[in-house]
Order: sequence, then structure tokens, then C-alpha cells
Amino acid sequence: MHDKQVRRRRAVLALIVAVSLILLTAYFGESEGGPLHSVQRGIVTVLSPIQQGASTVLSPLKDVAGFFSSTFHAKAQNAQLRAEVDKLTAEVATYRGDAIINQQLRELVRLDNSNGINTYRPVAANVIGSDPSLWYDQIEVDAGSDEGVQDNQPVIGEDGLVGLVTDVTPGDAIVTLITDHTLEVTAEVQDSVGDVGVLQPSIGNPNELVLSDLPHNANIQYDQQVVTAGFRSGQLHSLYPPNIPIGTVSNANQVTLASSGQVQVSPLVDLRHLDVVQILTKPQAGTTRASTVP
Amino acid sequence: MTVSPSFVIRVVALGFLAVVIQVAAVSQISIFGVNADLSPLVVMSVGLLAGSITGAVMGFGMGLLVDMVLVQTLGVTSLLYIAIGYWSGRLRELRDPAHELVPLAAGAAATAIAGIGMALIQFLLGVDAPVSLLLLQQILLTVLVNSLIALPVYAVVRRALTPALPEDPRRRRRRRYTTGGLSPLKRPSEGLGGATRTVSR
Repeated sequence: MHDKQVRRRRAVLALIVAVSLILLTAYFGESEGGPLHSVQRGIVTVLSPIQQGASTVLSPLKDVAGFFSSTFHAKAQNAQLRAEVDKLTAEVATYRGDAIINQQLRELVRLDNSNGINTYRPVAANVIGSDPSLWYDQIEVDAGSDEGVQDNQPVIGEDGLVGLVTDVTPGDAIVTLITDHTLEVTAEVQDSVGDVGVLQPSIGNPNELVLSDLPHNANIQYDQQVVTAGFRSGQLHSLYPPNIPIGTVSNANQVTLASSGQVQVSPLVDLRHLDVVQILTKPQAGTTRASTVP
Repeated sequence: MTVSPSFVIRVVALGFLAVVIQVAAVSQISIFGVNADLSPLVVMSVGLLAGSITGAVMGFGMGLLVDMVLVQTLGVTSLLYIAIGYWSGRLRELRDPAHELVPLAAGAAATAIAGIGMALIQFLLGVDAPVSLLLLQQILLTVLVNSLIALPVYAVVRRALTPALPEDPRRRRRRRYTTGGLSPLKRPSEGLGGATRTVSR
């Protein structure tokens, strides 16, 4: 009797482990349009209304927890932000003057001046789910192909770039965040020459990104802003429009920069507390950065 | 140990609810910079309450649901949760721990298995991006946060499953042993076949 029980237990265990391994291998090997991916999308479509409802019902709970979390966070940041406000107020005055001159010069040389976000036809979406694991940085939003959302469209938050749409169903979409290890963004540091590198996440640290492949002699300083580069070369173009803020340089060690061409970047968006995002459904509209009209 | 349909329904409903609540709310609440993760705690609790086979099957199903809902590589979370469910079930079958803090320790271990196991599988599948040492800190913080909520989660799971749990001879034996084979409502003399204690001289 006991032997029979042991045999049964082992058989069940072997069976479910084997099924898991077969699923893992098959899923890993098949293309995006494969049967397992299709089944997965179907299940997401079926479950998304339930998730949307649960997200709405549980929002008071999230709000209360968010209130306490934000209060502690705000207290810690208060002094630091006050100092930054003083510094930025002085800078704003300078930039206002520069902006007027910039506008006049753009009109003079007829540069494409359409890098306002509205040009990229943004679609607003609520975050209805997010991934708890440290490895898959993904969120689920309540806008899908019915609203014009497609794969590989960039997603922005209140302060800057959030990620990229990686899966779409009619009613919702999965957004992979810029801190996910599968995502890389071509980014530009707003220094004197606009050094360009590849932005990668630092796995395990959601508050840090690594900008690599920079010129070894680049003169990058702490706190300089990092934006999307949005390159275009013939038919090949970046998935992201140019000049979308991503973060600021948080550590520009000159030795590391000279030896490995890397600096560390803090993302501007608080990726752990996203409620609403915007999906840019026309990311290639007006991305030409310096084309003159003949 | 036979499993009743009522038990199966309760386990399935519990797993589904746990995943929905996890994805829709809990993973958006940040504590010490990390999120609590209900899923390994629920699998661990089911294993502790219902045994290794039920725990492993629950782990497989819940892992598959998590992978489906979050559009992750199918089978990864299932593999980890099978290990958690089976291990917690075996803990009960071999040791039958009765201490009240066992779910707390088991919850911490389950979360550590999930965190470290996920890291190992991701390394095996290939990671191009640099990995920060803070990953270890994040795993430790998640273990800490999950340990804090392990007892309430276990209590909720026990409350949900107890009415439908299959009768277990081991538990019955322990109950008899701890009460001396008597109902606490009966007097010792009633327990001895109704014989009254009389001293014959």
C-alpha cells in the first residue's frame, strides 16, 4: 500500500515536471506566432476584463499603500528636491532665452519642428497589472489593437520613457519596461556634442540603467540628461522617437568611462508606481531631426 | 487520501484569486522598494495543508497561470512552484511540524527558492544585460517582506481549505495523542467506557 503511494507520488511529480520542461522548450523555440504564444494571447484576452475589474475594485487598497509609501519617499526626497528647484529655477531663465532663439533659428533653416508628443498620436492607457518578479519587468495596460496599439510602439510616462509594447490583444497590451533585460535603447547624453550609446538595464537594480558603447573620450558629467537618440539611417530607424527624456547621469566615473565606455543612468520615471501611461502609436512621425526642406 | 470535488474547486478558486489579486494589486504596492509575492506563499500553504502531490499539482497549475497572465516563458514559474509545493508537502508528510511559526519559515524558504531559482533559470536561458549585485539584496528584501505576510496568507488558505481537506490518518492520530484519545468535552471516567472509578475495599 505504502509502495503504491510512493510510486503514484513519483509518477505524478515526474509527469508535471516533464510537462513543464516540454512547455518551456517548445515556447522558447517557437516564433511569436506559434501555437503556444497564440494560446497565451487568447488567455490574456479572456482574463483581461477580470483583471481590469480587480484592478478597479482593489484600487483603494493600492491607493492607501501608495499613500504611505509615497509619504516616506517624499520626506526623504524633500531636502534634495528643494536644492534642485533652486538650481533649476536659475537654469529655466537661461533656457527660456535659448528657446526663443532656437525657435527663430528653426524657422530660418526650416528644420522639422515636430517633436511634440502629440505628433506621435499618443493613446492613454491605465495600468491594470504588473509583474512581481525581478526578471520580467512588464506591465499590462488597458489599451490594445482596437485603439491602434501595435507591437514595438514606445510607451511614455509622466516624466519620460517607460518601455515598449511587446504583445497586443484587442483590449490590452503588454509593455516591457526599460529595466527589463531584453530591452536596449539607443540613447544620447545631452552634453556639448550629444554622445550616443546603448542603454541597458542593470538587472536587480530597478533604479539604475547602464549607458554603454560611449566614446572613450566622451566628456560626460553627473546630472546630464539622457534622451532617446531616435536615429534614422535609410530604411533603418530607431523604434523610439528622438528627444524623449529617459533619465539623468547618476555616476560618470571618468576611469570607467575611459576603460569601458559606460556611465550609470537613473531613470526619470518611477517604474514601480505607474498608474497611467501613453503609447505613441505613430512613433515615426516627424522623427527627422535635421532635414532641411529644399 | 481521496480528494473530494469540493476540495478541487476550492483549490482552483484559491489559485485563480491569488494570481488575479497578485497581478492587479499586490505587485503594484512597493514595500522597502520590492513587491510582496503571494503566489509562492499560497503554493507553500497548500502543500503544508494538503501534502506533496496536491502541493506539486497546485504549484504546476498556479505557475502556468502566472506565466500565461504575465506573458512569460511558459513552464519557468511552473517548475519553480512544483518544487515549492512538493517540498512543503513532504515537510508535512515527513515531519508534520506543529509549531505555529512553521508557515513563516516555510514562506521565507519558498520565496527564496522562487527568487534564486528564477535567477538561475534566467542565467541558463541567457542574459545579455549586466547583472547588479543589488539583485541579491532585492531577493533578500522580497524574502523578508513575504515572511511578514506568510502567517496571514497561511491562515487565509487554511480557512478556505479546512472544511474540504481530505481526512488524514496521521492528523487524526496526532489529535488522539494530544487529547489522550478523549474528547475535551468528556470526563476521563466517561472516556474509559463509562466505568466509574470506585474503590473496592
